[in-house]
Amino acid sequence: MADHAGAHPAAEHPAALAHQFDDLEQQKEASTLGMWVFLVTEVLFFGGMFVTYAVYRNAYPGAFAAGSRELDVMLGGINTAVLITSSLTMALAVHAAQTGNRRALVWLLVATMALGGVFLGIKSVEYYHKLVEHHIPGPGFRFAEAEYLKHAQIFFSLYFMMTGLHALHMIIGIGLMLFMLRWAWNGTITTEYYAPIEISGLYWHFVDIVWIFLFPLLYLIGRHV
Amino acid sequence: MAGRVDALYFLLLGVSIFFALLIAGLIVYYAIKYRRRTADEIGARIHGGMALEVTWSVVPLLITMVFFVWGASVYFAMARPPEDTLNIYVVAKQWMWKFQHLDGQREINELHVPVGRNVKLIATSEDVIHDFFVPAFRTKVDVIPGRYVSAWFHATKPGRYQIFCAEYCGTRHSGMTGQVVVMEPTEYQTWLSGGAPEGSLASAGEKLFQDLACITCHRGDAQGRGPVLQGLFGKIVELQGGGTVFADEAYIRESILMPGAKITAGFQPIMPAFQGLISEEQLLQLIEYVKSLQAQPQNTNK
Amino acid sequence: MTPTVLLPLRHYLNDGYGVKSWLLTRDHKRIALLYLAAVTFFFFVGGAFAVVIRLELATPAGDLVSDETYNKLFTMHGVMMVFFFLIPVIPSVLGNFLVPIMIGAKDLAFPKLNLFSWYIYMLGGLFTLYALVAGGVDTGWTFYAPFSTVSSTTNVIPTALGIFITGFSSILTGLNFIVTIHRMRAPGLTWFRLPLFIWSTYATSLINVLGTPVIAITVLLVAAERLFHFGFFDPTVGGDPVLFQHLFWFYSHPAVYIMVLPAMGVISELVAAGCRKPVFGYHFVAFASLAIAVLGFLVWGHHMFVAGESVYAAMIFSILSFLVAIPSAVKVFNWTATMYKGAVSWETPMLYAYGFIGLFTIGGLTGLFLATIAVDVHVTDTYFVIAHFHYIMVGGTIMGYLGGLHFWWPKISGRLYNEALAKVSAFIIFIGFNLTFFPQFVLGYLGMPRRYHAYPPDFQVLNVLSSAGASILGVGYLIPMVYLMWSLRYGPLAGANPWGAAGLEWTTTSPPPTENFAETPVVDSEPYQYPARVEEYFG
Repeated sequence: MADHAGAHPAAEHPAALAHQFDDLEQQKEASTLGMWVFLVTEVLFFGGMFVTYAVYRNAYPGAFAAGSRELDVMLGGINTAVLITSSLTMALAVHAAQTGNRRALVWLLVATMALGGVFLGIKSVEYYHKLVEHHIPGPGFRFAEAEYLKHAQIFFSLYFMMTGLHALHMIIGIGLMLFMLRWAWNGTITTEYYAPIEISGLYWHFVDIVWIFLFPLLYLIGRHV
Repeated sequence: MAGRVDALYFLLLGVSIFFALLIAGLIVYYAIKYRRRTADEIGARIHGGMALEVTWSVVPLLITMVFFVWGASVYFAMARPPEDTLNIYVVAKQWMWKFQHLDGQREINELHVPVGRNVKLIATSEDVIHDFFVPAFRTKVDVIPGRYVSAWFHATKPGRYQIFCAEYCGTRHSGMTGQVVVMEPTEYQTWLSGGAPEGSLASAGEKLFQDLACITCHRGDAQGRGPVLQGLFGKIVELQGGGTVFADEAYIRESILMPGAKITAGFQPIMPAFQGLISEEQLLQLIEYVKSLQAQPQNTNK
Repeated sequence: MTPTVLLPLRHYLNDGYGVKSWLLTRDHKRIALLYLAAVTFFFFVGGAFAVVIRLELATPAGDLVSDETYNKLFTMHGVMMVFFFLIPVIPSVLGNFLVPIMIGAKDLAFPKLNLFSWYIYMLGGLFTLYALVAGGVDTGWTFYAPFSTVSSTTNVIPTALGIFITGFSSILTGLNFIVTIHRMRAPGLTWFRLPLFIWSTYATSLINVLGTPVIAITVLLVAAERLFHFGFFDPTVGGDPVLFQHLFWFYSHPAVYIMVLPAMGVISELVAAGCRKPVFGYHFVAFASLAIAVLGFLVWGHHMFVAGESVYAAMIFSILSFLVAIPSAVKVFNWTATMYKGAVSWETPMLYAYGFIGLFTIGGLTGLFLATIAVDVHVTDTYFVIAHFHYIMVGGTIMGYLGGLHFWWPKISGRLYNEALAKVSAFIIFIGFNLTFFPQFVLGYLGMPRRYHAYPPDFQVLNVLSSAGASILGVGYLIPMVYLMWSLRYGPLAGANPWGAAGLEWTTTSPPPTENFAETPVVDSEPYQYPARVEEYFG
């Protein structure tokens, strides 16, 4: 092992190749599989909350519909559009990385992060509204439809828990994009080594998909009751 | 019932002892008979045998299915109380057992029952999950806050039998014990007539019904703002927005505590919620009262 | 005549000295040792609590410690043992060390992630230790609501967070193993040429990855309910305490397979090496591991037969619980059959293997009692259940771990331990274990409930037997600590293959070099092939 550096020219040992792998392709396959496995764990993680939601929605349909009516569909809808657009910019960024278009990659990553920031901004506004309307569960909770006072608290507990954890994942995603941005900027990402962008993209798309489920389940039920 | 559980238990024990001894015996036997005698000895190159694999997969499967079927049938009988039970209400709280007999007798940590009768316990908790366990009767049920659970038993011999709380519930969990006192029928009668100062559960419930002004809306006729309760218990109720519910103890309890959860078809959601305003014991009294309300004969001229 | 054994000049233990070279290592073997130190620490903390519990239970009255203290003791014993010892021990110590070597790779797929997993484990442990010194937790390791969310006044949130954080260690380790086993096998190493330890580790990793996130969200919901007064499990706002139990057991049942599957993998290796022949029914044992992993996810309701489940749900869980017993039984029969016409060794690792097979069989059979609903109604929440799971966890997992530790100790350290002392400890552990836990089956049937600080005097004799056994067991666990540590400095050198065993790990030096193999091995045969002359393996 000590003298293999002389036996193997640099072309076969790119700087990006980690020592435990035989070649870049094995490394890419391993990283991609790793990200998919991680996303499966995230499905199970959010899944626990979706199950809880399903159980209580089934038990208290009236309260859940009433709670849903208190959420701002327009802001939620805008956020949905924002996230879907950010997935578009992310997908385009992956393509830019694959084709070696460094400028486009950098701008698309910035756009993705900016859209993520917009999402979080709008979310904060929504949370603020909930605070002001006394819809935070606990002793200070107030609800217009008195017969749903107790059960609507469960709805809002789930709302905050689910959107809160989702927002946390968004923040982590933006942090991940910062790293990608740095690597895109300093030339670490090349047409041979763009796996990090791809797997960050997978993560970002996943966070987007979670929102695609959250939005109808939380905002859109009971709209026409 | 306890006998049936024990029979199953001893069959399981017998089969377990057989297989445990078989495996242990084979291991010891092979370890001795085939022990390595020289440092470089190797074993025979046997890879497997389909016949053996199938046999020792199928045979245990059949044995376990016997246990399943037998166990399930005994359990079915345990889970379905017979029709003619003597009902007793149980309220568990940290760290005591409160028993309420229908005719008003209250007990703490001691439960008097007659021998030879089916006794059904309807239980709830005031705080955390407890568990009512009488080892001698092979009876056990988790007692959960916010709902009613039931268990039944049939005592065959007079005597005193240990009650344990079998679901960890905090500091004095191991102190939450008591006794079931099984008495001969005549002694039980004597004990019963020892008196319940407030009268039966149903009569206490009737008094509450008036004190809490339930009667203002739940009148005996169809003019009231609330549904008629006469003959309600045990029927199917149609709900606002479709759907039905069976009017049992749990439904009555929920309707008092959180009436908005299930609105009867044709009525407005105007009943006040009594959550936090009424104790578990008062709930039991009201439930027994509602149960006692017979359907009125239909008047054709109104 | 055996050739003189020499230590290799360069190996992973002397490849860099100093604290930084250990705390910032990427080498899976060093990380395995970091885990070894950590899990051993948590084992003895949890064990200390067990000692006090058994001391208290020697007398019927609650006279040694107060109720509150006792409740904290059994809670912390459970939390430490389950989350910080049993779940991580074999995957993180033996798995981390052996998986790359057994498949002919230089390291795991993600070495930095591996190190990160250890730090996460330590961070979670720190939170839990904090909860310990800040006054303890008294909810039971099962955290049932509403006691844990509303009623308990102890440090539930730090403990819940500690478990949440440590859970990620399990998830990431599982992820690492799955990717490594899929993508980094040596040339020629097809799936059905893998050692059975790899199959078990793979199945365990599947459970780790799929199940642990559910306990993560469950403890988070408990913490949120305590902190923010969310009402998920609170009946006074319409929440359902039994929902907690479903969420909790959905993970915690598969968790017990996380604890026992790796031990089963170790036993397969020990039995093959101890008999010098292939494991009987290799394919069946491999598929049984997968079957246990899958079926293990479908039986959680058997913890809730008396908790308010519907009759029909109970029946479904009961039948599935019987089904999950079958693959385990198949494994036991296959191991026993392997011994037939084997060259059966009586060395320490093999003794632990016999102990495992016997004790796991007893533990598994008593599981059948619990799957039978009518019987479970009587014995659930009693000492019968405690005895059942200790037979599997201690008689099973811990014996498997100790057997594996002894078997691979020469590979890990390059040294041999004192065989006589090791045999004596194995014997003491076996006796102590049975004396501690067998009486508890009887206690449970007679009706002694779990988590009881004081009990009726009728139960005393059995309790005294159990406590006596516990003191013997405790001594038995201490002795290996002594002779294993001693061997690191003074033990005779082991050489590459002191057992004459088949397997890729025995073809490299003891201890192995950092990159595991001088040249990437090429595999061209089934596992557990013993040549006519075993001598060529020695040294």
